Amino acid sequence: MGALFTKDTQAIFWNNNASAIQRMLDYDYVINRVKPSVAAIVAPTSGNKFEKFFYGPDEIMVPVFRNTTEAAAAFPHADVLLNFGSFRTAYDVTMEAITLKGQFKTVMVTAEGIPERLARKMNQAARDAGVVVIGPATVGGIAPGGFKIANVGGTIENIINSKLHRAGSCGLVTRSGGLFNELSNIISINADGIAEGVAIGGDRFVGSVFIDNLLRMESNPEVKYMVLLGEVGGTEEYKVIEAVKAGKIKKPIIAWCIGTIAKHFSSGVQFGHAGASANADAETAAYKNEAMAAAGIHVPASFNDLPQTIADVYGKLCAAGTIGEIVEPALREVPKVRRKKEFICTISDDRGDEATYAGYPISSVATPETGFGIGDVISLLWFKKRYPKWATDYLETVIKTVADHGPAVSGAHNAKVTARAGKDVISSLVTGLLTIGPRFGGAIDDAARYFKYANDRGMSPAEFIDYMKKEGKTISGIGHRIKSVRNPDLRVSGLKKYAAEFFPSTPLLDFALEVEKLTTSKKDNLILNVDGTIGILMVDMWRALGYSEEEIDGFIDAGALNAFFVVGRSIGFIGHILDEKRLGMPMYRHPTDDILYNVELADEI
Amino acid sequence: MAQRAIREYDGKAIFSKHWEKYFSGFHYGFKSVLVTSGDELRACAQKHGFEWLKQEALVAKPDMLFGKRGKNDLVLFRTNKPGDVTLDEAAKWIDEKISHETTLLSGQHGTLTHFIVEPFTPHSQDQEYYISATTVGEDDVLYLSAEGGMEVEEGWEEKVNEVTIPITMDDANIAHLIRANVPAGIPAENKDRFIAFAEQFYKFYRDLNFAYLEINPIVMIGNDMHILDLVARLDDTAGFMMGESWCGAEFPTAFGMEDQSPEEKAIAEADSKSGASLKLTILNPMGRIWTMVAGGGASVVYADTIADLSGNVADLANYGEYSGGPTTGETKFYADTVLDLMTRHKDPKGRDKILIIGGAIANFTDVAKTFTGIIQSFETYADKMKAVGTRIYVRRGGPNYEKGLKDIKEAADRLGLYIEVYGPETHVTDIVRMALEK
Repeated sequence: MGALFTKDTQAIFWNNNASAIQRMLDYDYVINRVKPSVAAIVAPTSGNKFEKFFYGPDEIMVPVFRNTTEAAAAFPHADVLLNFGSFRTAYDVTMEAITLKGQFKTVMVTAEGIPERLARKMNQAARDAGVVVIGPATVGGIAPGGFKIANVGGTIENIINSKLHRAGSCGLVTRSGGLFNELSNIISINADGIAEGVAIGGDRFVGSVFIDNLLRMESNPEVKYMVLLGEVGGTEEYKVIEAVKAGKIKKPIIAWCIGTIAKHFSSGVQFGHAGASANADAETAAYKNEAMAAAGIHVPASFNDLPQTIADVYGKLCAAGTIGEIVEPALREVPKVRRKKEFICTISDDRGDEATYAGYPISSVATPETGFGIGDVISLLWFKKRYPKWATDYLETVIKTVADHGPAVSGAHNAKVTARAGKDVISSLVTGLLTIGPRFGGAIDDAARYFKYANDRGMSPAEFIDYMKKEGKTISGIGHRIKSVRNPDLRVSGLKKYAAEFFPSTPLLDFALEVEKLTTSKKDNLILNVDGTIGILMVDMWRALGYSEEEIDGFIDAGALNAFFVVGRSIGFIGHILDEKRLGMPMYRHPTDDILYNVELADEI
Repeated sequence: MAQRAIREYDGKAIFSKHWEKYFSGFHYGFKSVLVTSGDELRACAQKHGFEWLKQEALVAKPDMLFGKRGKNDLVLFRTNKPGDVTLDEAAKWIDEKISHETTLLSGQHGTLTHFIVEPFTPHSQDQEYYISATTVGEDDVLYLSAEGGMEVEEGWEEKVNEVTIPITMDDANIAHLIRANVPAGIPAENKDRFIAFAEQFYKFYRDLNFAYLEINPIVMIGNDMHILDLVARLDDTAGFMMGESWCGAEFPTAFGMEDQSPEEKAIAEADSKSGASLKLTILNPMGRIWTMVAGGGASVVYADTIADLSGNVADLANYGEYSGGPTTGETKFYADTVLDLMTRHKDPKGRDKILIIGGAIANFTDVAKTFTGIIQSFETYADKMKAVGTRIYVRRGGPNYEKGLKDIKEAADRLGLYIEVYGPETHVTDIVRMALEK
C-alpha cells in the first residue's frame, strides 16, 4: 500500500504509441526524473530493436521487444505495464503480464469494449495475483512529480497550469477519463493540486474500483483528503460509504456522482459510459449522492458547486495545519523546436577533450603501461565491454593464429595478382578481403553456428553427425588436408591448451571433441581443425562472460567471427602485397597451357 | 458498447444452431418464424420445411423485446379453445395488430411490427420449469425453479434457487454446485435430466457471451425441450469473437422508443464509419437549450447542470457528444445537424435559444481543429441562428485551446452572432449558469 507510483517507477509500454510515450518522456524531463519512465516498448510486429524519442533537447533510445516476457526479463524493475492493446488483444496482453510472477504491480488497460466475460476473468486473475489493474477504458493515472501514464494531463502547458508537475495533497479518483484533467484543474484552482490520481475506467467491469484506490490513498501519507467523481450505474460508491462508516477511511472525502439527468428520462437514453445505466433506484446518481452525504461525505448541491466544496474542505485542512505550504520545485523546459538525429553512435565519442573508446580516453588504452592490448581495444569497440585478461588474450591469440596461411590460398593469391597489376595497397587488400566468404575463411562462422545449434538442442555427437548428413552438409570445422590424429595441428593444440588453462569452462569444445572422436574413428584426418576450434572457443568465451545464448547467436549472425578473421588475415594480405611491391614483380598472366579450352560455336536461337 | 437485447426469435435461432454441441441427448425442433405481416406469414407457410404452419395449431405473439405479453393480452393461442389457432387466424390477428397503436400496461406505446409464430405445445403446468442466467456483481448467477410461467415471479424467494458461479470456477465444480442446488420441486424422474440441461444451459450462456438468458417456461416432455418463451441480451463487445455464432442477430430499439429521427440516424452512421465518437439523442425538438459537448463525461455533466439550473428538464433539447479527435469534416457535419435542428422552431415563449459549446480540458484533441468545423457550420447557419435568436456560450481547454477560442469568437463576431468564450480558468459548467442568468 502507500503510493501507487514514485519517481523511480518505470513502465513497459505495450504498443508503440509514439505520441503518448513522447508525452511521458517530456513530463519526465520537465520534472527532473533521473530515469525515463518508459523502460521498454513491446511491439509484436515491429522489426526494430529500439525507437528514438526526445528527452529534453536530446534523443534517447528505448528498446523494443516482441513480447512482454522478453521485455520484463530485460527490465526486471519495470513494475508497471501500460497495456495499449486493442479490445481484441488487451485481455491476452494482461494475462501474459499477470503470469510473470513478481514483475508487475500495476497493469493499466486502455482499451474500451473488451468483452465483459474476458474483462471479468482478467480482473479476477489480477486480484488473485495481487496485481492492480487500472481500467479497462481509462486514460490512466498520475503521481504528480513522479510518474505519469501516457496522455493523462494532456499538454505540458496544461500539466503545469493544473499543477500536475508536483505533488499536492488531494487523492483523486474518477470514473471518467475525460473529466480527469478537468478535476485536476478544479483542484489546482481551489486547492494545492493532487498527490495521486486514478481514472478507474468507464467499462462495466473495471479492475480496481473506487474503494481499492481510496483505501490505498488513506494509507498514503501524502494524501490529505480525497475527491471521488462517480457516475450513475453500479453500486461501487456504497462500498466507499461502508468503509467511511466502519472508520476504515478517516480522511475527508468530497464526492459527486454525475448522471443526475438520467432520472428525467425512461430507459433508452444511454448517458455516457457503458457502465452508466441504473438498473435500480440505488444505482441512480441522485440516490448515491444522498447516501454519500448521509454518511458524512462532502457532497455539493450540484456539479457546478463542486469547486466551492473543494475550496472549503481544503481551507479547513490548511487552517488545522494538516496541509502545509508546498515548495514549488524547479522545472526544466522542453525546447519548442527539436530535431531528430540521422545517425546513432554507441561505441565512441569525439566531442570531449579527448576521443573515447566506450568511455575510455584513447590515451588511457594506447600505450603499453596502460596494460591494454589490441584485444582490449576490440572488446571496447566491438562489444562495448571491458573483457577480462584471459578473454582479451584469447582474442589476440585468434588474430595471431589466423594472420596468414601462405601465398597459395585464394585470398592471398588474389591480393598478389592485384598488386602485380600495379594497384595500390588498399585495392589489393580489398581484393583479398572480398574473397572471404563461405568457402574461404567461412568455416569459423559455420563451425560456431552448427556446433552451437546442436549443443543448444541437446543433440548427442552421433545425432549431430546424423543431422548434418540429413541436411547434406559437411561439418564445418572438421577435417584437414594433411593433419590427422597422428600428425596433430599444433595451432589447435595450442588453442586447446590455452583454453584448458584459462577458460572457466569449455562446454562447446568438450562437445566438439566428442564429435571429433566419432569422425576420426571413421577417417583419420577428420579432426577438429583450427577454424572449428577458434569458432567454438569463441562461443565458450562468450558463454563464460555471461552472454545469453540469444546474444551469442546475435554476434554470430552479425558476422563478428568473420570479423576476427578479417582483422587477422588483413595482416597477412598486407604482408603479401608489400612483398610483391618489394620484389617489383611484373603483371601476372596465367599460362594458357594451364587452362582447358572447350569452346563450341554458339547455337542460333 | 454494452449489453443489448435481441429478439426471442434470434435467441431461439442461436440455441438451434448450437443445439447438438451443447444439448445432444435432448431434442429441440426450432419451429419458429419471424414475420411483420399476415401475408408474410402465409408466404412462409408455402416454403419447404414450414409445412407445420398449415398443419399444426399455432401461437403468435409480438417479438419486440418487451415482456408480460400474456398479461397484455398479446399472445394468440386460442380462438374458441386453447390450441385451435389456424394459419389464417394468426395472419388476420397479426394484420389487425399492425393496423393501430398499442399501449402496454407499463404505459409504453407504439405500433407492433414484429411477430414470432410457433406451434402450440400442449402440456401441463407441472411440465413447466424456469431457468435463467445473468451476471450479478462480478459473478454469474444461474436461477432454477421447478415452477415456470407467470407464477414464478410471484414468490420468487421461495420458488427459485440461485446458484452463484464465480468467474474462475472450473467445469467440475460448476457441475457439483448445480447438482447441489437443484430445486427440490423437480420430480425424481426428471431430476438428472434437469441437472444435465441446467449445466449445459450455463455453458451455452457463458460460451456464447450472453449477458442475460431466460427461458420461462421451458417445457420438458421426456427428452423433448420446448422453449416457450425466451428473453436474451448479448454482450455486444464480444461480437468480434462470435462471428456467425450469433446467427446475425440484430439489436432492435426497445418498443415504444421513438424510432430514431433521420438526424440521429445520420449521426449514428457517421459514428460507425469514424474512429472518433459522435453521438446524438434528441430529447425535445422544441427545447430551448442545445448542446454540442466534447467528451462523454463532460456531456453528462452539462446535461445534469442544465436540468439542475433551468428547473425544467424540457428546456434541454438534445444530449450528445463528440470525442476521440473527430476530423474537421466530421465536426462540421455534427454541428450542421445540431444547428439545423435548433433553428427549425422559435421558442414558443419567445426566449433566445442557447447553444452550449462545452467541453472539459482535452487530453490530446486539437481544440482549434475541431472548432474549425463548428465555425464553418456557423457560416452556413448564421442567418437562421439569428432568426431564432441564438446566444452561444463556449467553454473548452486542451491542446491549442487559445487559438480555438480566439477563432470561434472572431467568426461569431464577424457573422453578427452573440457569443461568450471561456477557457480552463472558468469552471466547466459555469457557462450554463451564465447563460441561464442572463
